[in-house]
Amino acid sequence: MTDTTSQPIPERQKGNLFQQLELDLRLLGMIGAFVILCIGFNFLTDGRFLTPRNIFNLTIQTVSVAIMACGMVFVIVNRHIDLSVGALLATTSAIMAVTQTQILPHTLGLGLGNPAIWLITLLVGLAAGTLIGAFQGWMVGYLSIPAFIVTLGGFLVWRNVAWYLTDGQTIGPLDSTFLTFGGTNGTLGEATSWLLAALAAALAIWGIWGARRAKAGHGFPVKPAWAEATLCAITAGAIFGFIWILNSYHIPKRRLERMFEARGEVMPEGLEVGYGLPVSVLILITVAVVMTIIARRTRFGRYIFATGGNPDAAELSGINTRRLTVKIFALMGFLCALSAVIASARLSNHSNDIGTLDELRVIAAAVIGGTALSGGFGTIYGAILGALIMQALQSGMAMVGVDAPFQNIVVGTVLVLAVLIDIIYRKRVGAK
Amino acid sequence: MTRNPKRAAGETPLVEMDDVSISFGGIKAVDHVSVDLYPGEVVGLLGHNGAGKSTLIKMLSGAYQKETGEIRVNGQTVDIQNPRDARALNIETIYQTLALADNLDAASNLFLGRELVTPLGLVDDSAMEAECRKIMGRLNPNFQKFNEPVSALSGGQRQSVAIARAVYFNAKVLIMDEPTAALGPHETQMVAELIQQLKADGIGIFLIDHDVHAVMELCDRASVMKNGELVGTVEIDDVTDDDLLSMIILGKKPGEEAA
Ligand SMILES: Nc1ncnc2c1ncn2[C@@H]1O[C@H](COP(=O)(O)OP(=O)(O)OP(=O)(O)O)[C@@H](O)[C@H]1O
Ligand SMILES: [Mg+2]
Repeated sequence: MTDTTSQPIPERQKGNLFQQLELDLRLLGMIGAFVILCIGFNFLTDGRFLTPRNIFNLTIQTVSVAIMACGMVFVIVNRHIDLSVGALLATTSAIMAVTQTQILPHTLGLGLGNPAIWLITLLVGLAAGTLIGAFQGWMVGYLSIPAFIVTLGGFLVWRNVAWYLTDGQTIGPLDSTFLTFGGTNGTLGEATSWLLAALAAALAIWGIWGARRAKAGHGFPVKPAWAEATLCAITAGAIFGFIWILNSYHIPKRRLERMFEARGEVMPEGLEVGYGLPVSVLILITVAVVMTIIARRTRFGRYIFATGGNPDAAELSGINTRRLTVKIFALMGFLCALSAVIASARLSNHSNDIGTLDELRVIAAAVIGGTALSGGFGTIYGAILGALIMQALQSGMAMVGVDAPFQNIVVGTVLVLAVLIDIIYRKRVGAK
Repeated sequence: MTRNPKRAAGETPLVEMDDVSISFGGIKAVDHVSVDLYPGEVVGLLGHNGAGKSTLIKMLSGAYQKETGEIRVNGQTVDIQNPRDARALNIETIYQTLALADNLDAASNLFLGRELVTPLGLVDDSAMEAECRKIMGRLNPNFQKFNEPVSALSGGQRQSVAIARAVYFNAKVLIMDEPTAALGPHETQMVAELIQQLKADGIGIFLIDHDVHAVMELCDRASVMKNGELVGTVEIDDVTDDDLLSMIILGKKPGEEAA
């Protein structure tokens, strides 16, 4: 026990290109599958699939499910499940619809179109979602009712609370500012989008180099500089490429004319304006970044994974696993409400069937993205990619003209296959 | 091995578990047991499988709540409701099951519940790995798998991580529930040396071990349990291996007639 020096750090082993870049193989596999899928559909649709317009639409259609899938990753990693997310989306959507079209303008007399309406509505909706989620989490954590049962009950309860609140009616049109969260009605324009891209690229590179410095500071091996630089270049390229595509989707001429008319101006001849980044997609990106930081760099996230890996160990390490459960479900509820904002704004009204079957899409997205139902493993980026793959499949098949029953048969088969491939992959690399 | 000077001087014990009991569905797992521990002392807990040793120390570590009796630390009655309370009293535990989160790496397990954070409050993985390398350098110099989940470690390597976790945080009371069950001879020897060193630092240790030889070598006193009850506590210097064995098997203190 005289040796008090720390463990020697072995020399970095030189490997092939991929090993040196230290890229996540599973991530690469998923991106590869997604790219093949897109190219395949593009071929089958004579190039209609990979147009800026379709990519734009695909992105805004994915947002609502992708946001909830981020929360579902935490729930599943923690060895729980949430079957109520679609119903919860409906209830919070109904609450917000009633708030912005009836309670605020009429009951409280703010008047339709009051600029405070969207903000108050948003806060009411998010608070309601968080509270309902926390309540379900409390039943799971403190009353020890299995999450499957609590949220199966919640599925029936919240779907029908939404119905009751709205008498089953479609409520609309929603507040005009509120609609900017929906996608097409709220985009940032070309200049702002480019600016955001530059900012995001700078932040990403700063993050990559910061992590490298921290590692080097403790004398740990780091990737060769060229590998790190390549990674930075790929990241920045992806960001700028994505914005470039969204900027290339131009607002249709008619619509642009109407926008100018509304402002009492005449549209200049031959003007072309790109949509740019939709607000809803910006929200999804923010959610993804925040959730990833929570998962990897906060105690809360560490405890979610530890509890998923071994609940007893977490408990014995002094982690309050009951309170943790409440927090996770509260976060899930918050994200459901956020998705409700985006989903109802996209449709520009609240309809009684909003969010139907979303619980299955959300769980499927998380699982296709590599979240293990046995707990302890899962990533946010995986779940978002999972949501994108599902949406691409669905839209692609619709464009190709696949019959509706076959669409769902394919989606179901893909879900099972994805999990099978994941199991084989985990066995190969020896991970659990 | 000399008698513990603090105990000889009649000082207050570091830990006293006084008349504690707990039952699971009518089975008295621990039945009115009293043990104590002085600074710089190693007390062995012996007994057959299911005697109640682990359950006894889990009441001290906060995993279970006692139903009767009292626990005193430095003479003060304490209320240990959960593992956090025990850790706050500088009571650290190596559980028989090791209590590791299999999906996390060694450093994350070492600091689980007490993560090192950056000034922004974010978990500082590099700093934790550096600390983890330091402590593992002392405990198990062959250990190299710092960036893999502990599920990829051997039984002994996992045990080293659990031991590191218990000794890293300046424990005053250390509970070791069969700490060397999965260790090879060399690693076992290192743990024995570690125990001697911690003892010299004035730490009190409860050591649960089925190996009577190890107990004879490392402990100052031994408490023997049978069927949830305390058979007795003896000075190691006053007994032989065979005395301890007969206490474990027959449930009688040396000198008493076997029933
Ligand atoms: N959580 C529990 N629920 C029900 N019974 C339990 C529980 N924990 C322990 N017991 C019972 O209490 C008794 C004592 O168990 P304990 O684990 O303390 O034994 P031990 O002396 O540590 O044995 P070993 O040497 O095998 O580790 C056993 O009969 C066991 O079945
Ligand atoms: Mg035991």
